[in-house]
Formats: sequence, C-alpha cells, structure tokens
Amino acid sequence: MSEAKIRIRGLSKAFGPKKVLQNLDLDVPDGQSVVVIGGSGTGKSVLLKCILGLLQPDSGSIRVDGQEVVGAGRREMEEIRRRFGMLFQGGALFDSLPVWENVAFGLLATRRLDRSAAHAKAVETLGRVGLPAATADLFPAELSGGMQKRVGLARAIAGEPDIIFFDEPTTGLDPIMADVINDLIRDLTREIGATALSITHDMASVRKIADRVAMLYDGRIIWEGPVAEIDASGNDYVNQFINGHADGPISFGQEQAARRA
Amino acid sequence: MINPFRLVGHGVLGTCETVGEIVLFAVQAIARGVRGPYYWRPLLQQMIDIGFYSLPVVGLTAIFTGMVLALQSYTGFSRFEAQSAVATIVVVSITRELGPVLAGLMVAGRVGAAMAAELGTMRVTEQIDALSTLSTDPMRYLVFPRLLAATLMMPVLVLIADIIGVMGGFIVGVAKLGFGPQDYINRTFDFLETGDVVAGLVKAAVFGFIVAMMGCFQGYNSGRGAQGVGTATTRAVVSASIMILTADYIVTELFFAK
Repeated sequence: MSEAKIRIRGLSKAFGPKKVLQNLDLDVPDGQSVVVIGGSGTGKSVLLKCILGLLQPDSGSIRVDGQEVVGAGRREMEEIRRRFGMLFQGGALFDSLPVWENVAFGLLATRRLDRSAAHAKAVETLGRVGLPAATADLFPAELSGGMQKRVGLARAIAGEPDIIFFDEPTTGLDPIMADVINDLIRDLTREIGATALSITHDMASVRKIADRVAMLYDGRIIWEGPVAEIDASGNDYVNQFINGHADGPISFGQEQAARRA
Repeated sequence: MINPFRLVGHGVLGTCETVGEIVLFAVQAIARGVRGPYYWRPLLQQMIDIGFYSLPVVGLTAIFTGMVLALQSYTGFSRFEAQSAVATIVVVSITRELGPVLAGLMVAGRVGAAMAAELGTMRVTEQIDALSTLSTDPMRYLVFPRLLAATLMMPVLVLIADIIGVMGGFIVGVAKLGFGPQDYINRTFDFLETGDVVAGLVKAAVFGFIVAMMGCFQGYNSGRGAQGVGTATTRAVVSASIMILTADYIVTELFFAK
C-alpha cells in the first residue's frame, strides 16, 4: 500500500512546561475523511496548525504526499499550502472584504484568475454551498452565523484543494444548521475527491462526515478506526467521550495531572 | 523570595528580547515586502487612511500650536524687545520640531492604535492564519503596505501641518499682535532655511515608520481575546509615543549644525 496522504510520526509540541502533543502518530489515507475527536484543550487545533505549518512542532515528522512539512522553508511551505483548503472555527472571514473577494481570495492571491473571472468563480462556488448570487456583494458582518460558515466553506473549496481541514465545523450552529453544514462537507469533499481531516467534539458531526475516527487524549491518539466501529471500540476513553459521561477515566483533574507529569 | 538582582536581570533580558523581536519583525517585513508580490489595494487604502483621514486631527493640532506659539514667543521675546522674531520662531519651531512631533503623536493615537486593534482582532479571529492558508504572506499583505504607507504619507501630512501651523501663527500675529500681513509673511520666509523643512520631513518619515511598526508588531503578536487586543493597542500607542520622542532627539542631533 502506498503511503498515506498525510503521515504523522512522533509529533510533539509543548508550550513552555505544557506538553500538548506527545509522540503523536496519525495516518490520513488518500480520499478518506478522518475526524479527530477529543475534549476541549487536548491539542486538536495545535495538531491542525502543525500540519498547516502555522506552528513549528518540537519534534516529529509530518509528510504530505511524501513531502516533509516540518522544517520546510517558507517558499516550500507556500507551495504545499496551495493544495490545502481550510475551514476555520469562527469562519475567519476577512471582514474588510466583500463575500466574493473572501471566496476568491486564494485564486486572486495566486494570480490564477483576474478579478472578473474570480467574481464569476466566487458566485459559482457560493452556489455550491447553497448561497444565492446576491450574497456575493455583501460583507461578512451582514451574514448570519450559518451563512458565514457556508462562505468559509466556499472559500475552503474554491481553490479545488487536495486536502481540506475542518476546525470544529459545527461549533456555534443550531442542530439543524449543523446538519446542513455536515451534509455540505460530506457532499463537497466527495465531489472534489479531496482528503479531509477534521477536528470536532460534536458526535453528530463525526457520524456524518467521518470515514475514520481518531481519538486524541493526553497528546496521543489513543484509538483509531472506522467510524462504524466507534460504538464497539472497547476503549473506555472513547466510550466515555462518545456517550458524554462526566464519570469515567477522563476527568479534568487527571488531565491536568497527566500534563504535569 | 524577592531577589532584586533577579528582578533587574529579568527586566533587562525581557527588554532585550522585545527589542530583538521588534527589529527582527521589521527586517522580515521589509525584506519580504520589497521582494513582492505587491498588494496595491491595501497600500492605497492605508495611504488614504493615514494621509487623508488624519488631516482634521493633525490640522487642528497644528493650527492651535501655531497660534499658541505666536502668543507665547511674543510674551517671551518682547521682554528684550525682540518681538519681531515671532514669525521666525513660529516657522522654525513648527517645521523643525512641533509639526513632526505633534503630528507623529496624533497619528500614533489614531493610526497606530487602529492598526494594532485591527491586526490584533485578525490574529484573535484567526484571519491572519487564514491568510497564510490562502497563499498570502501576512507580512507582505498586512504589514508591509502599512509600513510603506505610513512612511510615505507622514511627510506629506507634516508638510500640510507646517503650512497650517504657520497660518495659525499668522492669524494671531496679524489679528492680535499688530504685525502687518505682508510683514509677517516676509519675516516668516526671510530666515527659513530649506534644511529646517527637510529635517522636519525626515523626522516625519521616521515617525511614520515607528507608528506603523509598533501598531503592526503589537497587533500581530496580540494575546488572546478582547483583553489581548486591548493590551496590544495600549502598548502600540505608548511604545510608539516614547520611541517618537527618543528618535526625535536622535534625528535632531544628526541634523544639528553649530
């Protein structure tokens, strides 16, 4: 079998004395959707930012299509990032730019399209996430939370990326809108044929968009498998998390103690 | 345990670290910025914001400064029968010193704070990270245009402030102190040297760079949340103001001719 699209080995990252990631291994196979679950503050976002090259890990290796990301030069990193799309948790839309320029930002930045072609492409992409052409000329602040998520999604897919990252895609949405976004994520990722890596703690989202699930706890992946097997994982930590129990091996105090160790 | 040596050492090391970070940030922004790609829209936007929208506040500062200067120097110089020097005092003080410094401080409060708040908010809401993922270097897209715009527009702003300031002195001189209009204007230009204006404009460029530099640095490295952005904004204004006054002495010394 060929190497995974994203191959992470021995990844560690600490902020001062706080060890967030410790020797983490993870494979994201080509064309699959992997969802990393884990409690708040367990380092899920740090993991994503390391892959995106926004944070420099202390040690370990991250290979995207066989190309090493850790220690890559800025130019090399820019080249790798062109294959990425990312949906940020809060949308991270540029509030000084109209919606269409947000969506087409990557296309304009890489000079792949001129402004009128980019506008047309933006309107088309907005259509794919279910937004009418009229939204193109609005500003992000004029949109509801759900619409902002859709625009963020449109921006993530506009460059037809190989790999899309989703950072808590359903946070802050009502259950119905969350489901709509989940459907969009699943359908669009398949349509583009992209590999997806998501982080979330929303189990409804996991069941909808994941092919494989990995559970992050104490800086490591403690369980990994197909989404169908998640209910029969036999892992106490996973069971506690997916059922949302306060009692179990995961507790706030223990997590703190584990970090200090 | 409170160890005074440790406290002092900690403070000194911390300051050195920050200074190093600021210098590194500036070098990086410029080195990457000049190599392109260039972003004309943000540059133009910043130039308009700094050069045009700062005009009212800088103009008001300048006119009142010129007026006060005429009154005060009249009071002082009339004690040894030298009130005829008022016009010269006003124009030299304004062009060499007060125009650039006051404009710099006002722009630090207006533009530097806005830059820190905007970049800080962009940092906190992950917009700066989003830029990176969209094949755009935030240093080139956000920082460099601001540095360039402020460095270019501050001299223009100060030149206008100089004119308005001298006009303030003229108004008071003619209306209150009994100078003839033509006489006041002649006295203004008789002893004015090109070097006075040039020194002021060089200062203006330096101050513009400092304001944008501190605004961008503090905003770019802003802490989390509303509090982080607030702290970044305060720091940007305070550090820019202090640096302006320090740089003012250094540049004056460079242009000082006996």
